[in-house]
Amino acid sequence: MTPKTRDAATAQKDDSQLRQKEMIAAHYSRLARTHETGERSVYTFVPGNLTELIRNFDLLPVLPEINALQSAMRGKSKEYIAAAEREGHSEDVCTYVKCDVGMKRAGNVGPTGERLPDPDLLLLSYTGCFTFMKWFEILKREYDCPVTMLHVPYQGEGEITKSMRDYVVEQIKKKVIPALEKASGKKYDEDKLKEQLRRSAQAEDDLVAVLESAKHKPSPIDAYFGGVYYIGPIFTAFRGTQDAVDYYRLLRAETEEAVRAGRGPITPSGELKEEKYRLVVEGPPNWTNFRQFWEMFVDEGAVCVASTYTKVGGVYDAGFRHDPDRPLESLAEYCLGCYTNLNLPSRVEMLERYVREYQADGLLINSIKSCNSFSAGQLMILREIEERTGVPGGFVESDLVDPRYFSGANIKNRLESYFQMIEQKRQGVTA
Amino acid sequence: MTSQSIAALVESANQLYRDYDFTSVKEWKARTGGLAIGFMPIYVPRELLHAQGCLPVGVMGGGDDLEIIRGDAYYQSYICHIPRSTIELGLGGKLDCLDGMLFPAICDVIRNLSGMWKLEFPGKLSRYLDVPQDFEDDMGGVFYRAELEELSADLARRGARPYDAEALRTSIAVYNRLSALVRELYQLRRDEPWLVPTAELYCLLRAATIWPVEDAILHLETYRDLVRADASRQPMDQARVILAGSFCEQPPLGLIKTLERSGCYIVDDDFVQVHRWLVQPVSTAGDPLDALVSAFLHHAMDSPTRYCGEATKGVELVQRVAAAAAEGVLLCAPSFCDPALLDQPMAVDALEAAGVPWTAFKYAENNGQFQVIREQAGTFADSIKLWSGV
Ligand code: SF4
Ligand code: SF4
Repeated sequence: MTPKTRDAATAQKDDSQLRQKEMIAAHYSRLARTHETGERSVYTFVPGNLTELIRNFDLLPVLPEINALQSAMRGKSKEYIAAAEREGHSEDVCTYVKCDVGMKRAGNVGPTGERLPDPDLLLLSYTGCFTFMKWFEILKREYDCPVTMLHVPYQGEGEITKSMRDYVVEQIKKKVIPALEKASGKKYDEDKLKEQLRRSAQAEDDLVAVLESAKHKPSPIDAYFGGVYYIGPIFTAFRGTQDAVDYYRLLRAETEEAVRAGRGPITPSGELKEEKYRLVVEGPPNWTNFRQFWEMFVDEGAVCVASTYTKVGGVYDAGFRHDPDRPLESLAEYCLGCYTNLNLPSRVEMLERYVREYQADGLLINSIKSCNSFSAGQLMILREIEERTGVPGGFVESDLVDPRYFSGANIKNRLESYFQMIEQKRQGVTA
Repeated sequence: MTSQSIAALVESANQLYRDYDFTSVKEWKARTGGLAIGFMPIYVPRELLHAQGCLPVGVMGGGDDLEIIRGDAYYQSYICHIPRSTIELGLGGKLDCLDGMLFPAICDVIRNLSGMWKLEFPGKLSRYLDVPQDFEDDMGGVFYRAELEELSADLARRGARPYDAEALRTSIAVYNRLSALVRELYQLRRDEPWLVPTAELYCLLRAATIWPVEDAILHLETYRDLVRADASRQPMDQARVILAGSFCEQPPLGLIKTLERSGCYIVDDDFVQVHRWLVQPVSTAGDPLDALVSAFLHHAMDSPTRYCGEATKGVELVQRVAAAAAEGVLLCAPSFCDPALLDQPMAVDALEAAGVPWTAFKYAENNGQFQVIREQAGTFADSIKLWSGV
């Protein structure tokens, strides 16, 4: 611990963080009251989520991955996973799924302590992860509601072809929209969708400005640990709403002010005063020990200046914007473009670009034990980036929501050795 | 005499699929000048490759006799074994005789491997073969046809014969013959499992992913005729079981032998499904590419890798139990196999609802010790026999 690098450990919060907290709390409370209000909900996944379209029908999105990670942050995931494993779910598979199954068994209580509604529709946006398909096959048996599958092809050849886009658009038109109409009892309103997408693009512009602010030295943001907060509303439930536009405008203004003032990111222990290492991070974070994990970086003066995990909900910094003039096509391209839907060469290119553009000192991979979508191939990614950029690579292992696979001492040791390696490399260069 | 011929045929199949130098493929290439295209489990449309003069070559990982030297540096310990043995074969130059590799869309591991292959072997054709999870002709069908057209064009760019509808029709007919034979052998095993030990059938099915299809047909016909004529093969008191979950990473032969020795007749399984993926003959009338597409959409096997749509998971397994008159199910999945293991609780629920006994264990393709599995399967077989006699 090097307290001189940051403020005393008083948790600071920006206005944007408070605003976001309110938005999310209001969303969950609205979900909890659906039995009174008659509002209906759609369960769907983060990558390739069709939030604008869902909201076009005044339906409320629920994202099981977010529930799982929230359960982990509240210390509930251990018992949920144990409950699922007792029912026969394998110890080898994605812990998000088991956490979700266990949460259902425990009464489907959401992060605010209130019960989440049963879904009126399971919208299986099958993008970037095979597990999604199994996850909703499992949930389908739990709920008495229809399931609609939106199959999003993989960018195996590193591009989005016309045939891929057409396939997704056709499914949206012929399956997804009719299913949403049925679930909501409302008609599809394309003018409204265009307006929503216009607002999405506005918020996306501001989000990209925030993410790219990390190119400054010192970086005013942490684009991995902080990044999961910054991008939250874009994928949680708010894309396409005025709330999201306002939130990102506020966040951007705060970030620009931090750049002007030369401030570092706000961390769980206050502002980071001295930026010693700039890292690009690949892979999801650990949620069970999120704060502890983040503080291991803070203690060393390490800032994550770019991350891939924050792109599972969209690759806006690579230029993608929702386009009101091509509403369904642009929704299709959004689904097709999510990070985990990119092939390995494209992932490597993205990371290489990040290392160079964000002037990073290294690439750190947090490999998740139960996530093949991210983890299979990461060792090769590491070597490729080291070869292409010359920066050292670091590798730690944990799990998303299973606390059994978070070994704090082990990770801390590895990180310390890694930072030493970066230091040696620097000295080698300056010697 | 017959027994000796069977043993020789099975042994030659065994040698062939364990030949990691792919000598037979090299010989085929020298003889024909055609392209050899590797494919991973589960299914690729071999008819299309064949029609363009290519040899489809099954790359089903390594077994217990492939030493992994480099592969472990590519994969963490919590990822299944088949991608590391495949990378091992590639880095060791064993797959140099292949002009390309196809990676079917069955899970994220094979999906990501397709990109690793592109990075590691930039000069070779490396294609992820996406398949639809929507089974409507005007959506998934249109998409899948475009995928096949691109594959066909890619092959032609690499020197394969250009696409020709008549040639594809002919190839479809040849592969229909192979599938029919495999189904016939599966039926024979269901009817008289003592005639078709699974350890033998498995070797033949593995080799049949490497033999040119015409040779595969001849060998399977020979095997069928020989076992039918072998009077030394007599029924034993064994439990009839279905082995489910081994559709990608294939178990070592020793595991199958262990199960059979522990008192089980395996009367249905998920091995080497490429031969049986299409459950009906593909039409040879009309547009042959459309026929392949339609067969994939409407006449493919149920699989954990295929979206179940409105169907209820596990029902198909229960139906297979009935069709094979099986007395129990061995859920036998590779460690860390998402599709198999995520499916398993649903399969278990369906089996229990139908009152079908089951047991589960995991394996890796390079396992060499089967003591625990032998005991587990033996106890399971004994309990079945005990209860069936009551
Ligand atoms: S991306 Fe990884 S963590 Fe997310 S659902 Fe898929 S396997 Fe689980
Ligand atoms: S064994 Fe299972 S997880 Fe591994 S590559 Fe095959 S299907 Fe994928």
